[in-house]
Amino acid sequence: MKSMIFAAAAAGMAVSFAATPAPADTADKRIALSNNYAGNSWRQAMLRSWETVTSQAVADGVVAAADAFTTAENQVTEQAAQIQNLILQGYDAIVLNAASPEGLNGAVREACGVGITVVSFDGVVSEPCAWRIAVDFVQMGKDEVLYLAERLPEGGNLLEIRGLAGVFVDDAISSGIHEGVAENPQFQIVGSVHGDWAQDVAQKAVAGILPSLPEVHAVVTQGGDGYGAAQAFKAAGRPTPVIIMGNRHDELTWWKEQKDATGYETMSVSIAPGVSTLAFWVAQQILDGAEVPKDLVVPFLRIDQDTLEEGLADTEPGGVANVLYSLDDAQTVIATAQ
Amino acid sequence: MSALARLAPPRLLRALLPAVSLAAILAAIFWLQPRTASYFGLNLLLNLSIPIALATIAQMFILCVNDLDLSIGGYVSLTACITATWLNDTPALGVLALLLCVVAYAAMGALIHLRQLPSIVVTLGMSFVWLGLAVLLLPTPGGQAPDWLRALMTLKPPYVPFPIVAAVVFALVVHVGLMRSAYGVVLRGAGGNPRAVERAGWSLLHVKLTLYALAGLFGVLAGMALVGLTTSADANIALRYTLLSIAGVILGGGEFVGGRVSPIGAVMGAMTLTLAGSFLSFLRLNPDWQIGAQGAILILVLALRALINRAERRAP
Repeated sequence: MKSMIFAAAAAGMAVSFAATPAPADTADKRIALSNNYAGNSWRQAMLRSWETVTSQAVADGVVAAADAFTTAENQVTEQAAQIQNLILQGYDAIVLNAASPEGLNGAVREACGVGITVVSFDGVVSEPCAWRIAVDFVQMGKDEVLYLAERLPEGGNLLEIRGLAGVFVDDAISSGIHEGVAENPQFQIVGSVHGDWAQDVAQKAVAGILPSLPEVHAVVTQGGDGYGAAQAFKAAGRPTPVIIMGNRHDELTWWKEQKDATGYETMSVSIAPGVSTLAFWVAQQILDGAEVPKDLVVPFLRIDQDTLEEGLADTEPGGVANVLYSLDDAQTVIATAQ
Repeated sequence: MSALARLAPPRLLRALLPAVSLAAILAAIFWLQPRTASYFGLNLLLNLSIPIALATIAQMFILCVNDLDLSIGGYVSLTACITATWLNDTPALGVLALLLCVVAYAAMGALIHLRQLPSIVVTLGMSFVWLGLAVLLLPTPGGQAPDWLRALMTLKPPYVPFPIVAAVVFALVVHVGLMRSAYGVVLRGAGGNPRAVERAGWSLLHVKLTLYALAGLFGVLAGMALVGLTTSADANIALRYTLLSIAGVILGGGEFVGGRVSPIGAVMGAMTLTLAGSFLSFLRLNPDWQIGAQGAILILVLALRALINRAERRAP
């Protein structure tokens, strides 16, 4: 029986799996999700996506277990301890959204040392023995400015809302934005605040800096901060600039209202929180023995003026526009990387 | 209570409480996850408690003179960043920078004493300075642990896992220095009754300088140990240590006032706190409840201690 499953799995690898996943070679494998933070809508959606996809996978017998663990506090030391605990709990693979690209390398190396597959995504780790499903955050920041260059050919003043200080995602998106501005000198960044990817923080920060700023033509953001920025501009009685959105439900709803009322135009870009499910399938493929390159790239989820209604319909209230990835998607991503 | 007091004097009970809490939580973990009851398991379970234990000892020196250090987390982050950058690339510069950190800590103690400033305010302010320096040094996470440090922290001594060896060594060294030496008595006395110590001819400034310098030294050791484990640093890496270290000292039998501290207890308190996190994780407790549960464990131990203290007051 075991050899039959083995043969089926081997055949499956060669011709890709059928639509209904057969009990794979990974049926007795246990996968854990190590997550460092759950305090915003993106992370909540990420955890829900994981739950939806993996509970189905467990029910189908693809893997034995796929448990999610979140640290109580978003700290490197907490997550390193958590990973070491997961090693002790005997998981076969750890899917990881890391608090720091470097700080967890010691723990990750411990995991690799006992033969555990480590797949990091979104917040990836630099330890060479781990797999990385990275987001090109620099390109994401640059895309925002490129869009603005199209929208406002004569250029103008930009307000930059950054994320959580000291987190590399913040640095990466910001450096992309600055790169874009350097290539499009018609734009100047006249102000920069930290919005911590949260609407209330962004609103306060923008309200605080607005009185000191000249006219702002556009706001470049990192997601989770566009709605707060819009509210701050409204409260200050300033004309609403072009605010780049980050796929959050409140942002898309506000955009839709403005679009219907005044024909307001912008764009929205972020990473689908379902990327956790992509990481799950990649881990499953690695456990199954597939050849997977160490570095994979996730596509952005971008919503434009014409796809707004569609995107909004697919986003649950309080959530983020999302895509749940399937085994086929994972195999496509793996194939394109090879 | 009096029968209990006769069987075991409250003072003994009080000294035993940290050890009993540690043993209880360790037993619970072994029961939940038998895999941990091995050399490999104990190593993984306890290695991250070494830097916490060192930071806790640092905090204990400050609590010894009734001060509170809210900057130790930022300070350990900074020393971790120095270790992962300068100490690795240009060891001489790294050693110099770490020494300067210790001097700065001593100076902070002197400032607090000379200007009679509240330590909470000064250290809270300094925590931003440490963090700012750490961000300047390492704007994005990175750096690399010196090879010798990495080798030291991943040492596999025979029979007893390295974290346990390290904990015992540090606890004993500080115990002998602070609890058994003559000057150690003066240091603790300065927290218990500063006026008496001053009248006896000891300089309180000297006491504070010594204790803050020792705290700075152990903060440096904590940062180095942490980088040896994580292999690289991050400006935010140890921010949690501020509160963990205070909780560790108190859990280990220390008091906020009166120079009542225990180095061995502090190390055990730090390990208990680390293990409490693992215990809750093995329990598969919802993360939303984990901070609360960690707090509940703390309250439980402190409630037990309050009971013992009450018995101690009643005892003749």
